[in-house]
Amino acid sequence: MLAKRIIAALDVINDSVVKGINFENIRNVDNPVELAKRYEKEGIDEIVFLDITATNEKRNILKELARKVASEIYIPFTAGGGITSIEAALDIIKNGADKIFINTYGIENPEIIIKLSDVLGSANTVIAIDAKYENNNYYVYSHGGKVNTHKNVIEWAKTVEDYGAGEILATSINYDGTMDGYDNNLIKLLSDKVNIPVIASGGAGKPEDFLNVFRSGADGALAASIFHYKKYGIMEIKNYLKENDINVRL
Amino acid sequence: MISIIDIKTGNVANINKILNGKITLDPETIEKSDKIVFPGVGSLDYVNNIIKPVKNILLKKINDGTPYLGICLGLEVLYEKSDEGNTGGLNIFNGRIKRFSGIKTPHMGWNTVTIKRDSPLFNGIKDNSYFYFMHSYYREIDGNTVAETEYNINFSSAVNRSSVYAVQFHPEKSGENGIKLLKNFRDLL
Repeated sequence: MLAKRIIAALDVINDSVVKGINFENIRNVDNPVELAKRYEKEGIDEIVFLDITATNEKRNILKELARKVASEIYIPFTAGGGITSIEAALDIIKNGADKIFINTYGIENPEIIIKLSDVLGSANTVIAIDAKYENNNYYVYSHGGKVNTHKNVIEWAKTVEDYGAGEILATSINYDGTMDGYDNNLIKLLSDKVNIPVIASGGAGKPEDFLNVFRSGADGALAASIFHYKKYGIMEIKNYLKENDINVRL
Repeated sequence: MISIIDIKTGNVANINKILNGKITLDPETIEKSDKIVFPGVGSLDYVNNIIKPVKNILLKKINDGTPYLGICLGLEVLYEKSDEGNTGGLNIFNGRIKRFSGIKTPHMGWNTVTIKRDSPLFNGIKDNSYFYFMHSYYREIDGNTVAETEYNINFSSAVNRSSVYAVQFHPEKSGENGIKLLKNFRDLL
């Protein structure tokens, strides 16, 4: 039986992992390769690396990071942030990442999603969507959560599915960094409307938050702070989920 | 020496770390190799195009009995036909690769693998262990099935006939179990 995935997010600037609160107020915590190894040992199912400054400053450290990480860990990982060409995406995959994700690049050039999924395969092409709830609507934000594109999140998700995306990584800007729980309503809406896996992101603070988001239909739940600051162990969360009839890899 | 086919999209770094082979698309290197690994990231048409220059040598080596391990797309490419793309496969095995339907596709994540028939690939690996899957297409259960996995339907998660082995999951991304499976292939006599 397919297990629900617990995914660790590592926001990276240069050689350091950082974690922002509501996308601002960045704090350094650790070395990405060492953290990835620690998480693998502790039972994480997957890791996502996000180069958080790349969209604005157009640097590309992901290829080098992918190479270092790939030779150290034996679980899947996804990399993204600032990818602006098929070549850059291929380079990251060739250096050992299993999936890449794009966000702003796909919003500005939707046809690139078709090309990427043609070359990499759908399963390796992830679309990240930063969603903000305001005025009774979920809007797609671009540029690291700074620009409202005025696209509706559900419509955009259906479009990227049609274009060949293999997975959606949905981050709630409202909940990100709060540790108050995921935006379960957003995840339920998405899971009901698209037929590709949905990873929930933003807001995890305690084991119950994972349970609630899986019950809302998430295929994976991504978190950062809860793991970085060792608030709860990964196995502690998985055991809690198992006790509540969620299938996890123990 | 083990040749790992360089399909240009493949995540081969940590496969090679275990197998200590050569990542290559050079016909002479492939010709001389004792074993062949076909890793699996990409779409079928794209990969068919990349391997065009070595397709004949690949077929010859497989037919001559050189142990072959296909991973994900490396399993799908063994078959005659596929729902994916227009170019078909290597036609080592009869039959068609199908696309999942009626369930979230791709099938992505850790799923259990149930061993149906003894195979050296699974030596030392517990039945119903978790492996990592990442695919939209599958091979149904057939006479070559060694292990199966359930995702809406039961499909072949590992196949074998004589020296041809293939797995639908990614052993290189499946922690200790995957490392063990790759070592089992490396150590095949």
